Amino acid sequence: MSRNGIRDQVAIVGMGCTPFGERWDKGVNDLLVDAAKDTIASAGVTLDDIDAFWLGTMTSGTSGVTLSKPLKIDYKPVTRVENFCATGSEAFRNACYAVASGAYDLVMAIGVEKLKDTGYSGLTGIRPVGDGTDAALSSPAAFSFLAPAYAHRYGVDPEEMKQVMSRIAWKNHRNGAVNPRAQFRKEVAMETITRSPKVAGDLGVFDCSGVSDGSAAAIICRAEDAHRYTDHPLYVKALSFVAGPASGAGDPDYDYTTFPEVVRSAEDAYRQAGITDPRSQLAMAEVHDCFTPTELVLMEDFGFSERGLAWKDVLAGAFDRDGDLPVNPDGGLKSFGHPIGASGLRMLFECWLQLRGEAPPERQITTVGPGRSLGLTHNLGGAPGECVSFVAIVGPERSA
Amino acid sequence: MSTGILTWGVYLPYWRLQRSAIGATLGGPSGRGTRSVASYDEDTTTMGVEAARRALAALDGPLPDELVFSTPAPAYLDKTNATAVHAAVGLPEWAGAYDLLGSVRSASAALRVAEVQARTDGRRTLAVVADLRTGLAGGPEERDSGDGAAAFVFGPSDGAAPVAAELVAHAAASSEFLDRWRTPGETDSKVWEERFGQEVYVPLVEEATAGALKRAGLVATDIDHLAVAGLHVRAVQAAGKSLGVRPEAAVADRNAVVGNLGAAQAGLLLADTLEQAGPGELIALVVVADGADVFLVRTTDALPSLREARAAKGLATVADLAVAGRDDLPYARFLTWRDELRREPPRRPDPERPGAPATWRVTPWKSAFTASDCRVCGFRHLPPSRVCLRCRTIDEMDPVRMADAVGQVATFTVDHLAYSPSPPVVGAVVDFDGGGRYRCEMTDVDPERLGIGTRVEMAFRILSTAHGVNNYFWKARPVGTPAGGAGDDGGDEA
Repeated sequence: MSRNGIRDQVAIVGMGCTPFGERWDKGVNDLLVDAAKDTIASAGVTLDDIDAFWLGTMTSGTSGVTLSKPLKIDYKPVTRVENFCATGSEAFRNACYAVASGAYDLVMAIGVEKLKDTGYSGLTGIRPVGDGTDAALSSPAAFSFLAPAYAHRYGVDPEEMKQVMSRIAWKNHRNGAVNPRAQFRKEVAMETITRSPKVAGDLGVFDCSGVSDGSAAAIICRAEDAHRYTDHPLYVKALSFVAGPASGAGDPDYDYTTFPEVVRSAEDAYRQAGITDPRSQLAMAEVHDCFTPTELVLMEDFGFSERGLAWKDVLAGAFDRDGDLPVNPDGGLKSFGHPIGASGLRMLFECWLQLRGEAPPERQITTVGPGRSLGLTHNLGGAPGECVSFVAIVGPERSA
Repeated sequence: MSTGILTWGVYLPYWRLQRSAIGATLGGPSGRGTRSVASYDEDTTTMGVEAARRALAALDGPLPDELVFSTPAPAYLDKTNATAVHAAVGLPEWAGAYDLLGSVRSASAALRVAEVQARTDGRRTLAVVADLRTGLAGGPEERDSGDGAAAFVFGPSDGAAPVAAELVAHAAASSEFLDRWRTPGETDSKVWEERFGQEVYVPLVEEATAGALKRAGLVATDIDHLAVAGLHVRAVQAAGKSLGVRPEAAVADRNAVVGNLGAAQAGLLLADTLEQAGPGELIALVVVADGADVFLVRTTDALPSLREARAAKGLATVADLAVAGRDDLPYARFLTWRDELRREPPRRPDPERPGAPATWRVTPWKSAFTASDCRVCGFRHLPPSRVCLRCRTIDEMDPVRMADAVGQVATFTVDHLAYSPSPPVVGAVVDFDGGGRYRCEMTDVDPERLGIGTRVEMAFRILSTAHGVNNYFWKARPVGTPAGGAGDDGGDEA
């Protein structure tokens, strides 16, 4: 199989992101208009300048009309995409390919989700008519299998495991606390996290990402055109996406300590971007921390930590905002919130701010420098053993 | 060639309600002992499936090709309930499956029809009787009843399966009078003053018993075991004493521990007696309901060896089952399960109703838990798959029934968020002995005693009910429940 990638062929030249959270005052249309308005301003263009649109949303609308109607788009292609929690990233990926193909000069990828209008506090889904045999487990329950499996395999004491999980939530809340767009903008004490009411397995309320509303968008053009729009574009180094055979639930060899889909997509993305030592070559990573054990396992699947040792790196603060490799410096799904279709683009927005030096000083990461300027974003959708995984790598410098 | 009972199976639910819990909650006198309680995910159909599975587990040779299911508490009207049992135990498509519903007495008809069918047509016929009894809070019905099911296979004796007991004679007496009645849709029965029923029933029982004995050319003192079933307590007691049967022949009921199983009571008593009687002994099964039915049954010389074979297969006896339940069910939870207490529902969307065509397409999987084995590499797929997960070969699969497989918990979780009529949901990943992994819900489980490695078996249950549709599927439960014996098998690595 040939996976050539489109390294340095396209660039992001404008981005926008609404505040995430319980946006009772904003509908889907408002969120889309807010994100689009900020994004075109960021790129210095008008909606008329954009040739085609990709809209990512899982539950907040179907078809391109969901976007063309509120933005009053004049008879242009609008593609609505959905790919579980990787929906926003999938909109971005397809928009990039459209530009790389030469079909369009300037495109927008925009993601939106309005989760808080359902009347339920957790995530609710829309399913096709089924045969009724799917176990009715919630998402936290499906992901809660990771924690005991990891602790069992690597001999981590259950109480220590809980500390590791809480440390991840603590870090992401600390990062979100200084981010004005984040859903939860308060630091939370370790003890509060550890003692929070159980949702599923060992997962407490504070081990789960925020259910929220929000929208984010990017404008993409060919790399050689980028400086027409901005002095500081962000070049796309790698895009990888895999859907697995969903075998985990039926494969006795799967042990719930890894996401094979993530391992494959990471390998693919690293190859496209020429990365051999991600922990030292990446300046930051925005990963899919839907639940705290997910982030723990991802540190190993991405090669940021050796197998069985991520828990020690977490406790040592390696992935803190001022650590070796900042992970989720914007607060992550945990505290920035997770409006599904918008999350992938929100992660890119953090790369947009941090890698270009536009993050406010109080939360600017310090790892960015000569020879180390790449950011990674990652979404996974589904559940352990049955998921899709997306990885992007972006950077402010275009290779020669 | 003799014809009769080839095998039997009894199902009693995991849960017991202490009668004292009722008095403790409502005030008033406290009863003694316990009653059996079907869990929130059980009904007469699922209990009937479990009884039938236990009967068939002890049966060698071909599966029955006719099924009669009887209950006064059917899960559905119009739609046949027996077809769910038929599908779950994997009877052949050509086997007839029929309901005999409504009255308590219809269970007698199920036993009679199956016996006659087996004798006249020479076909193996499965009779399943089940009951789920609720009553109003604080009433004798609630306190003294129980839930459960029993199943019998009638058929001609053959090399593979000798007859355990033969019917010697049957006689009935019928009478139209008002003893007990319930209008459709109600869960509580009304009864007339008990002394009236006793007055009417006793002569009817005497008449039917005399008729049966006469047909058999026997006298009352020939009866070695007298089992009297009926919801009318006084009539049952009085009839037992008025028949001239030797006092030591009286079969003790299990009412103190499991309650009176209503329509399933006769099945329970018959199975219980078959598990204790010697060869060549005469059992009189008397059913008191709107008249009387008397079945005179003689055990055969094969009975002891059949019982040994059952024990060797690990089939629990009625005596074992009766004392094995978990008896700390809170009364409030019992009321909730029976819709007698209006509770705040979980703040989650209601479950969806499963689609009829989607369900029908996967009947072997959904109803009988039939997986698929790859013919090329042997990998086992749950649910069945057309493409092999291991070797990717397409459409080279053999079906394999996994409903009777056992396995162990690979990992598990307690889900406080998922919708359930009785939260939390316990989910587990099960690795089956001989291959295959499946993630499913667990039932009849104490999460505190659940661990990686806990041995589990499959149980036919209701996953959810939506728009009047019972979504029947399989859950895992610790092996040995209701004995609660899972502690010996696992829990060490949690």
